[in-house]
Amino acid sequence: MQHFVIVGILVIITTILTYLGLDVAGLAKQQHPIAASAQSVSIDQLWQWEMIVISFLFAVIFVPMMYSLVAFRQKKGEMKDGEHMEGNTSLEIAWTVIPLFLVVIFAYLGGWSLGEVRRVDPQALVINVKGQQFTWTFEYPEYGIITNELHLPADRQVVLKMTSIDVIHSFWVPEFRIKQDVVPGRITEYRVTPTLVGNYKVRCAELCGTSHAYMENAVIVNTQADYDAWIAEQAELAKLAAQTPEGQGRLLTVRNGCTGCHSLDGTPLTGPTWFNIFGKTEEMNDGSTLVIDEAYLIESILNPNAKIVAGFPSPSVMPAFVFSDEELANIIAYIKTLK
Amino acid sequence: MKKFFSSALARGLLWQVIGFFIGAGLVTGIRALMGLTTTDTFFFTEPAWVLGALFGALSFLVGCGVMDDWIKWARGIDTHDNHEEHWHGWEKYINVSFDHKVIGIQYTMIALLLIAIGGTFAMIFRTELAASQLQFLTTDLKLFGQNGPQLYNTLMSLHGIVMIISILLGISGIINYAVPLLIGAADMSFPRLNAFSYWIAVPAAITLVSSLFLGGFDTGWTGYPPLSARAPVGMQMFFMGVFIAGWSSILGALNVVVTVLRMRAKGMTAFKMPIFVWAGLATSIIAMTATQFIGLAFQLVMFQRLLGMGFFDPTKGGNPVLFQHLFWFYSHPAVYVFILPGLGVISELLPVFVRKPLYGYRWIAMSSIGIALVGFVVWAHHMFTSSMNEYLRVPFMYSTLLVSVPTGVKFFSWVATLWKGKISTPTPMLFVLGAIVVFLMGGLSGPPHATVSTDLHLHDTYFVVGHFHDTIFGGFVFPFFAAIYYWFPKATGRRMNEFWGKVHFWLMTPSFFILTFGMMYVGLLGMRRRIADYDPALGIDTAHLILTIAGFAIFFSVLIFFINFFYSIKNGEKAEGNLWNSRSPEWQVPSPMSLHNYPTPIEVIGEPYDYGLKDSPYTRFVEAPKGKGKH
Repeated sequence: MQHFVIVGILVIITTILTYLGLDVAGLAKQQHPIAASAQSVSIDQLWQWEMIVISFLFAVIFVPMMYSLVAFRQKKGEMKDGEHMEGNTSLEIAWTVIPLFLVVIFAYLGGWSLGEVRRVDPQALVINVKGQQFTWTFEYPEYGIITNELHLPADRQVVLKMTSIDVIHSFWVPEFRIKQDVVPGRITEYRVTPTLVGNYKVRCAELCGTSHAYMENAVIVNTQADYDAWIAEQAELAKLAAQTPEGQGRLLTVRNGCTGCHSLDGTPLTGPTWFNIFGKTEEMNDGSTLVIDEAYLIESILNPNAKIVAGFPSPSVMPAFVFSDEELANIIAYIKTLK
Repeated sequence: MKKFFSSALARGLLWQVIGFFIGAGLVTGIRALMGLTTTDTFFFTEPAWVLGALFGALSFLVGCGVMDDWIKWARGIDTHDNHEEHWHGWEKYINVSFDHKVIGIQYTMIALLLIAIGGTFAMIFRTELAASQLQFLTTDLKLFGQNGPQLYNTLMSLHGIVMIISILLGISGIINYAVPLLIGAADMSFPRLNAFSYWIAVPAAITLVSSLFLGGFDTGWTGYPPLSARAPVGMQMFFMGVFIAGWSSILGALNVVVTVLRMRAKGMTAFKMPIFVWAGLATSIIAMTATQFIGLAFQLVMFQRLLGMGFFDPTKGGNPVLFQHLFWFYSHPAVYVFILPGLGVISELLPVFVRKPLYGYRWIAMSSIGIALVGFVVWAHHMFTSSMNEYLRVPFMYSTLLVSVPTGVKFFSWVATLWKGKISTPTPMLFVLGAIVVFLMGGLSGPPHATVSTDLHLHDTYFVVGHFHDTIFGGFVFPFFAAIYYWFPKATGRRMNEFWGKVHFWLMTPSFFILTFGMMYVGLLGMRRRIADYDPALGIDTAHLILTIAGFAIFFSVLIFFINFFYSIKNGEKAEGNLWNSRSPEWQVPSPMSLHNYPTPIEVIGEPYDYGLKDSPYTRFVEAPKGKGKH
């Protein structure tokens, strides 16, 4: 009997210490990192309940085990066997049925939490999302804005209608807590209500190829007023851009995700940077050198494998694009401005 | 050296190479006649590599001689039923033997070899992850037709699948060695099929690892299309390797099921079987009936690549999510294939070192079957974010949480077994205890994945990686080491060094806790699975450095194990008797055991785990009736 009392006390102490330990590590009250969406409330609540039960279950197994190792240790030279106990049916039934109740309770809570996460606001703002190797493109259909940064207003539900043009990706903003795969050939839905103004990142969570690690785009949550100002500015820019060849070229490159692999600031990504690219002399991977001119750019867009700059993947990972002559001219006009 | 070159292994390898060139040449010839291209990045075209790999594997089997008896039967030639051993010492293990003990050791050796390969891969990419940015797997690197990040993806993917195949072969090793001994059988039901199951795994492993040199594959071990439909030729070698290894699994499992059902000693009713036999049976039922699905799924992608059939290609009306269903319908039950034998080892060894009956024997036996059955209806919990029908998420949450009930029964029964025992802790027992605690960590980090909403955050992060390393180490790796330390004297007549065994344990266990807890921690903070580089803004550089150090500590502890293992085969302390003072029949005869195991048949006259009860033996030897000849 004495053994049971000691173990009982130790189980309670260990439960509390385990939970406090998790809390110190920052893992008990909520999932990491900081929560920035309405959906994370019920998720973090469920997580906390789970951590309490997990701390208890850990103690319930770990403590009697460690206690036995100390209290019921074979002394040196002792050859005796332990007590002959074969089992106890009521005890076995108890530790089958009680966990079963826990399972039902947590499944119910899991269902409740999922319901909260999927709560639909019919007035939600719709944004189209396109995933591709290795960038995200966001389209605001009401304003004709296309961009590689996701701007969202705080405290309003947004529904992202997502699809992929190549392989499976997964849309995950850790601060929003939720994740949804982006699948070619179908449109998946991601509902989120951002609550905390700040800069975050969407990180592709489904392995999608060589540069999967870098498939991260900015997600900016603003107040409604700042968001409206941004929308107005972008809509104006989009309208102006549509009137010049460079502007149209820029829109084409954003829409097709070119800048996921070709940086505009000189950093080499999966492909060569576009900064100062026009007129530059480059070494090809067959050892020859050539000057980047219009003919080369057109050839590289239509057939990326024709001539590859030294140091970049061969065969090229870039898909062959189909553009009209006018579109090609616009894109090149835009690339020429990148100095 | 001459002995090696005349061995079945050497002949098989030679034939595999010849078979490969016949297959590849055939395709290349036909392509030339049809006016198609005949060479590609890796010399042969992809179809040539695939048919070559298939022909190579089949030729290996013909060449090594494992099918000789079947071929003779087909030609109407009789063979001896009693297969005599022609080889001595290590030669036995590189030649075709029908003795289940030899085959068990062959399986164990190839499993250890693959653990070494898979572990080395892990150390390479763990080093790369020690800090953010790319350290040495940079884009400038060119190796085997891959740049650094591609090579990272290949090594990470291969680490996964090589370890999985290693586990499948490792459990076959323990089951093959121990089950016939535990049930008092002379051998498995189908000794030739048993040898075939082992030998087919050899070309499978070679095909699988060859993918590293053929452009690799960058999909992870899950091989989801459409990414896997675009990956280099190495992808096909991965598919083909797993496909062939699957045959080993299915046929081996079939053999175990029949052996357990038909070959038990007299008096060994279902609830008098050693508990490990229950675990082996449960695991074999899964392996025998579910493995087909991963083979099928991979075959469909192979056909999509080779023949343009758009099973998973949305532009041709295919469905990429269908692949995930087919894949996980095997690959979830597969994790129970990995852990059930390990949990069986825990249950089998605990009573020996606690000197007390296994608490709730029937409940533990039934919980293995329970886990196996429930395990068949939980697969879609891997797909909560996949865009499968949304309403499916709730029933799969229920079924997944349900697994915790039979698993809980095991934990509670183990603790009750320890209670009031006389516990001693030699190396095998240390690994059993380590297994329980590590598996507990794995079990407890499971439910947050099962409840859908919390999983939406955890899915595809390092939290999952930490969770499944806990379950696999607790459910397989620790028990596997325990089983090797425990049965090593049975197989060799010598024991492994106790001191170095303890060093192995005390170095590996704490490092492993740091590794997996750290993985879960960085996962919550935003560390995704399967990435070569991470955002320094996440602030997890220090954590990753610690993880890398812990990883190397584990690597070195396993290295100590390897040295201890190979050194002890010849130089270990002699241990031919009942070293662990076990009640099990295999310890009642001297080690190592002779061909066909027991000199006279055994009969079950008691309970398997009646420690602490005087004069209650489990088995006894039946005297051969006088006047009759040998069987």
